Amino acid sequence: MIGARRTPLTGGFRVQRWTRLSIASAVAALVVIAFLAVVPFVFGADVTEQLTALLIFVILAVMWNALAGYGGLISVGQQAFIGLGAYGTIFLTQHGFAPYLAMVVAGLGAGAVAVPTSLIMLRLRGGQFAIGMWVVAEIFGILVTLDSGLGGGTGVSLNGLDVYAPGYRQAYTFWLTLACTTVLLGLVFVLLRRRIGTSLQAVRDDEEAAASLGVNVVRSKRVLFVVAAAGCGIAGALYLANTLFIQTGSVFGVQWTAYMLFMVLVGGLGTFEGPIIGAIIFYLIQAQFGDSGAWYFVGLGATAIAFALFLPHGIWGAIDRRLRLRLLPVGYTLRKRETPAAAGTDQPATNA
Amino acid sequence: MNWVNVLLQGVLLGGFYALLACGLSLMFGVMRIINLAHGDIAVIGAYLIWVIVNQTSIPPWLAALLVLPMMWVGGYVVYVLLLERSRRAGQLVPLLTTFGLAIVIENVLLQVFSPDDHSLLSSTGTLATSSFSFGGLSISFFGVFTLGTAVVVLAGLQLFLSRTSSGRQMRATAEDPDAAELVGINARAVYAKATAIAVAIAGLGGIFLAIRQTFNPSTGPTQLIFAFEAVVIGGFGSPWGTLLGGIVLGVAQVIGAQVNPQYFVLFGHLVFLAVLASPRGGILARRGRAL
Repeated sequence: MIGARRTPLTGGFRVQRWTRLSIASAVAALVVIAFLAVVPFVFGADVTEQLTALLIFVILAVMWNALAGYGGLISVGQQAFIGLGAYGTIFLTQHGFAPYLAMVVAGLGAGAVAVPTSLIMLRLRGGQFAIGMWVVAEIFGILVTLDSGLGGGTGVSLNGLDVYAPGYRQAYTFWLTLACTTVLLGLVFVLLRRRIGTSLQAVRDDEEAAASLGVNVVRSKRVLFVVAAAGCGIAGALYLANTLFIQTGSVFGVQWTAYMLFMVLVGGLGTFEGPIIGAIIFYLIQAQFGDSGAWYFVGLGATAIAFALFLPHGIWGAIDRRLRLRLLPVGYTLRKRETPAAAGTDQPATNA
Repeated sequence: MNWVNVLLQGVLLGGFYALLACGLSLMFGVMRIINLAHGDIAVIGAYLIWVIVNQTSIPPWLAALLVLPMMWVGGYVVYVLLLERSRRAGQLVPLLTTFGLAIVIENVLLQVFSPDDHSLLSSTGTLATSSFSFGGLSISFFGVFTLGTAVVVLAGLQLFLSRTSSGRQMRATAEDPDAAELVGINARAVYAKATAIAVAIAGLGGIFLAIRQTFNPSTGPTQLIFAFEAVVIGGFGSPWGTLLGGIVLGVAQVIGAQVNPQYFVLFGHLVFLAVLASPRGGILARRGRAL
């Protein structure tokens, strides 16, 4: 299964990873990134700010989906790392780091904190892991509140970005966000395509069976956990750069998990493309109904429940199932080898 | 003497956490589902009794007796509408749907009751505030009553599971639902009943919550976390472990508050992490047994 490219398959099948369509869509993705890169030159600061917010949602959705959809690790506490990234940036700027450097370092720092965290948390499974992570987020939030240098519970502003004119600041923040989004999504894509991606999905589907086939369960989970933590940390730091002010109550708040759950379930849990679509949908919904207060959240929660029950692979999963579209393939497609007897008959795909 | 008093307060507080944790533990034991809306369901119980006491002339004790069957029915509704389908869809789906339910409950409460604090303190007279002296210690009557209730509920659950026919069916279904169905048990009905019991007990926890402290729509998650910590500290699958876990959590919190009022919640979390990090797991953890 894993060394499929080298092992000849019986029954006249061959393994296909890239198709013409997926190569075309990968090129299209690069074009979109290139197009986004010139946005600050063309549009005003408000459009740039909005797009920054959207890209932050994309990062969060992809990270949460990597954990839940590929690793089977549903976390209610990724805000622990969002908060660490944001407050880590504040801490580093207070100690002489340049703000944009501080954001990247703080994001990676959140990933570093995830290593010891994983030693305890990855002993838990399923729902225990979910709430356990929530406790971790609460602990980090309390510890930050106890530090008066970080503004206590009343909030703190990011200083040091005021050396740039507002338009430039917005553009720099956007470019950093775009770069981080590209790198992080690329990292997750490569990770899922490699052996560890297959291992993780095996663990997600049946931990004991995967272990019995020689998958190093804990190591696979740990790599994913740390990557997701670093991604959320960077997203938190970028969120701070975009809003310039944070409070422990909001940045360590569980509403982040509600957002991520919604984006991933609506877009498509366990698909690579789905969370990106989910983030765009969530962004549009938030722009439309974000001011409706409590009913907005009721709608988010109810929609997430409906998708989990009736369309568990989300919008992208439904499209994929009908059209067998695979724009950015992380899995394997099994095709009938083209022999004179059965030329050109594509067999149904087996893919994860 | 002060530290003895602190310990005692912690033990009494632990009784409340154990009461909150019973339902969570039961649902996990029977269905392997961790209900992420458990805390918010308890808060629904708190609002129900608050509404009944404040909108009618029904005394609080009678209102409490009315809330429990309402929560029981609510438990069936939650099972039929949400958990039945979630459970069949795999291990992770119940987490997604119960978290969605938590968001919905919290925000419906927010819309209906505003974010303001509510409390039953003013309606319950001297019950919540009176205390008696024992050996120089001032003991809250309501705290003892809460702890006693927790013990009665846990013992009742234990008796129900070990002595009654439906209790045995529940244990059989928890061990192996397919085998249970083979010998004629309707697993679906058993799961529905377990959910109803768990939700009713969560409602009972909510009633005690309403009397002992102020509450608002966002009180739920904290209750879920405390209940979960009590279950984990005590060890999953052990009813008396849940009581012990609640007490350890309560004592840790009260000691933390003694060191610095800001450490109240933090100390509880740290004990929880310490238990997780220990090789054995929970204090009375029994491996491989569902109930």
